[in-house]
Amino acid sequence: MTTQRVRPHQTQNEALLFEKSSPGKRAYKLAPLDVPAVDAASLLGEVHRKMAGELPELSEIEIVRHFTRLSTWNYAIDLGMYPLGSCTMKYNPRVNEWVARIEGLADAHPYRPDSLAQGILEIIGNLQRSLLEITGMDAITLQPAAGAHGEFTGILLVRAWHESQGNPRRKILIPDSAHGTNPATAAICGYTVENLKSNSEGGIDLDALTRQVDEETAALMLTNPSTIGVFESQIHRIAEILHARGGLLYMDGANMNALVGKTRPGDFGVDVMHLNLHKTFSTPHGGGGPGSGPVACKAFLEPFLPTPVLHQSEDGTKHWSYDRPNSVGRVRAFYGNVGMFIRALAYILANGPDGLRQTTEDAVLNANYIRKKLEDTYELPYKTGSMHEVVFSDKRQAAKGIKTGDIAKRLIDYGFHPYTVSFPMIVSGAMMIEPTESESLEELDLFIEAMRAIAREVEETPELVKTAPHSTRVSRLDEVQAARKPILRWRRAE
Amino acid sequence: MRYLPKSPAEREKMLAEIGVASIDDLFAVIPAEYRLDRDLDVPRQHAESEIIDYFRAAGRKNATNYASFLGAGCYRHYRPVIIDSLVQRGEFLTSYTPYQAEITQGTLQAIFEFQTMIAELTGMDVANASMYDGSTGAAEAVRMAMRITGREKAVVAATVHPEYREVIETYSKHQELPNFVVGYDGETGRVDLAALSAAVTEETAAVLVQSPNFFGVIEDIPAIAEITHAKGALLIVSIAEAVSLGVVRPPVEADIVSMEAQSFGVALSYGGPFCGVIAAKDKYVRQMPGRLVGQTVDSSGYRGFVLTLSTREQHIRREKATSNICTNQALVALMATIFLSVYGKEGICELAEHNLAKASYAAQVLSSQSGAKLRFAGAPRFNEFVLQTDEAPAQWSQRLMDAKIIGGIDLSRWYPELQNCTLWCATEVITRANIDTAAKALAAKLVEA
Repeated sequence: MTTQRVRPHQTQNEALLFEKSSPGKRAYKLAPLDVPAVDAASLLGEVHRKMAGELPELSEIEIVRHFTRLSTWNYAIDLGMYPLGSCTMKYNPRVNEWVARIEGLADAHPYRPDSLAQGILEIIGNLQRSLLEITGMDAITLQPAAGAHGEFTGILLVRAWHESQGNPRRKILIPDSAHGTNPATAAICGYTVENLKSNSEGGIDLDALTRQVDEETAALMLTNPSTIGVFESQIHRIAEILHARGGLLYMDGANMNALVGKTRPGDFGVDVMHLNLHKTFSTPHGGGGPGSGPVACKAFLEPFLPTPVLHQSEDGTKHWSYDRPNSVGRVRAFYGNVGMFIRALAYILANGPDGLRQTTEDAVLNANYIRKKLEDTYELPYKTGSMHEVVFSDKRQAAKGIKTGDIAKRLIDYGFHPYTVSFPMIVSGAMMIEPTESESLEELDLFIEAMRAIAREVEETPELVKTAPHSTRVSRLDEVQAARKPILRWRRAE
Repeated sequence: MRYLPKSPAEREKMLAEIGVASIDDLFAVIPAEYRLDRDLDVPRQHAESEIIDYFRAAGRKNATNYASFLGAGCYRHYRPVIIDSLVQRGEFLTSYTPYQAEITQGTLQAIFEFQTMIAELTGMDVANASMYDGSTGAAEAVRMAMRITGREKAVVAATVHPEYREVIETYSKHQELPNFVVGYDGETGRVDLAALSAAVTEETAAVLVQSPNFFGVIEDIPAIAEITHAKGALLIVSIAEAVSLGVVRPPVEADIVSMEAQSFGVALSYGGPFCGVIAAKDKYVRQMPGRLVGQTVDSSGYRGFVLTLSTREQHIRREKATSNICTNQALVALMATIFLSVYGKEGICELAEHNLAKASYAAQVLSSQSGAKLRFAGAPRFNEFVLQTDEAPAQWSQRLMDAKIIGGIDLSRWYPELQNCTLWCATEVITRANIDTAAKALAAKLVEA
């Protein structure tokens, strides 16, 4: 393995923190102790730590350079278009970061008395009210820490309600186009997953649904618009079919960016749903979190919401209520990822009703523009109208031996983050493109140009595509080796 | 709208290219009766300056300028300035989960460093890329032990954070995973070892304890491990105050460690976002939930990092996955990594010793006030302690608040047997003056009388 081959500059060749460490370097200085020092060894006895952990020893400038250099090896929304389908990689406004760090908010302890937390409780109340209006639902919890955690909470509500009716029921229906978190969630909640096959348009097959829904069906978990970016125009029929047999309609709100201000899940029959504040409401993805996955529901599910819930007294003051005898319990300590609530509310305030609607319209406009400009070049497996994302397949290119994954890697050379590769699974060789509203016409045209150029390369110089990327710090990485003999940490060489 | 990069003319041009007359045509698929034909009833569009004013006003409505002795799973430590300057670099902040390894090596290498640091501190072989927080991490650790052992019962110490226990209860309810709660020794505040011995059986998948526990007391991990392992169960140690690892012996006898890393440079932020993490012995890695970053090479032989062992995860295994977790807490884990780089091998020990000294002084001064005494005095502690007062906490806490001090939290809320007992925390940011002021306010009852 080569680790120290000469590269243009140290910024491309930054070692691990541990490899840069040398004893005695420091990046900290503690304030002088203003109480008597203690002898840790004698105070702690048997439980005193004898051997320090192998943490690096570095100066401040080295740490700043280390992480700054690492950061330059990342692609990011701030650098360009990041059209990962289903991930809604939109602009993360900087004022959100600023307000989340305001004194009194960032330094608030979760157990401070409610009387000393009225400011933050007001923010939580305002966000809850806005999200309820946007979804058309009746009640909400902000406790879940991410989308999958929200799904878990939502399905627990479903289960608790069925239990209150005398039978928790046995199965959850999940379309074959769904995110992997849906079936994983249903299993954790003690349900059997029953697959629902998509129809020829990639949507719900009403006949199949009617056949499969029975008295043991607890709910259907439905992503709307679906993962191929198509709105279920029969959504009210879907809800009716479920409700007729006592089942509930759960909506995965991952694709809510296509709906805000244009239609509301609460109005079209959804009983319970989650939102992803880190998708629709612009809180940053941060390289994989933190997220936030609020769960909104209809009034009949309110008694089951996780503990605690926010109440308002007659004098207008807010407090947490723990008196929730029918609650599904707690899904997380404290109240959720509050820092994300602040950012999401800042986003709503910046937009207002007109901005939120325009945002949705622009997201849908962008996806349809890409579709129009690329449909002669890439195979469009489903012709149904697209909302905020469009799914092509590699069918034409695969005939030349070039797969969706290769095209994705080649996009990197053109300065774009790849689209979502090989998902949804109902499309063989899927290329799932979600531009979001944050892309200008100029950026979209550059992306389209890149996609068309790659299609030409597939014809003329397929090797170039197959071995891409060619412009990155590292080339394709050996994932098989990584999994076969996992090296999951640094260790000092013997 | 200032975040939207399009002029009206460009929108018109795009609609014409698509071949539709108006934007509404693209929404025609939504049945007319469900289309929203009014404005959403949300606040009007605000200027950036107004947004800042709104949140500043909210911040002022919260108490500021209070010294706080609150801990209980959420710890106030000094946060070095470079944490926020580095995590706000757009390349970290606005990047997605590193599925495309060639253009996310920064995030991947940083996570690899995080995994190493957590393994080093906890005495485990491997650590994952993060969990939502300490409570959900503990619940996932219990499920992990169940998969490894094929057993279905868990024994949980009453001294585990009460809200963590509630979350574990929620998670295990539908897995037919019964939890048995084991009490604590009234003198030491440690797990009652005799009761633990009686509770652990051949059907026990895991024993879960917290150390330092909810009372701030450090558990006797070797003894607990012996009882646990004698019956073939796994020991899970939950750590809520991560800075303790600078001075407290790591739980090397554990099979799984579930830690809340908030103490490592993460703002209190009213309880989140925080950073859970699961660490374990090597042999259990394939049953771990969450993401893992591994080292490999690229096609030219350069070292590089990738997400690995993903066949455990939901996007591959769907309903058979080890967990449904997808998004985790990557940016918060980065904060912890930077914090640990700043303090380093010696600094983390020195920091922990300062905590020990502050809490030791606070415990001594507060418990020497008339009508107050230290509970669980015999056992080793880190930076928290339990104070018992003759007077009800509701009475003296107002006197402290008048002096701009938030005192310890009332434990009877979770432990009815601990009437008039409060849990206090003193980290390095608490000053001697804070402690002396608190002591004076606590003792003030005598003066008034």
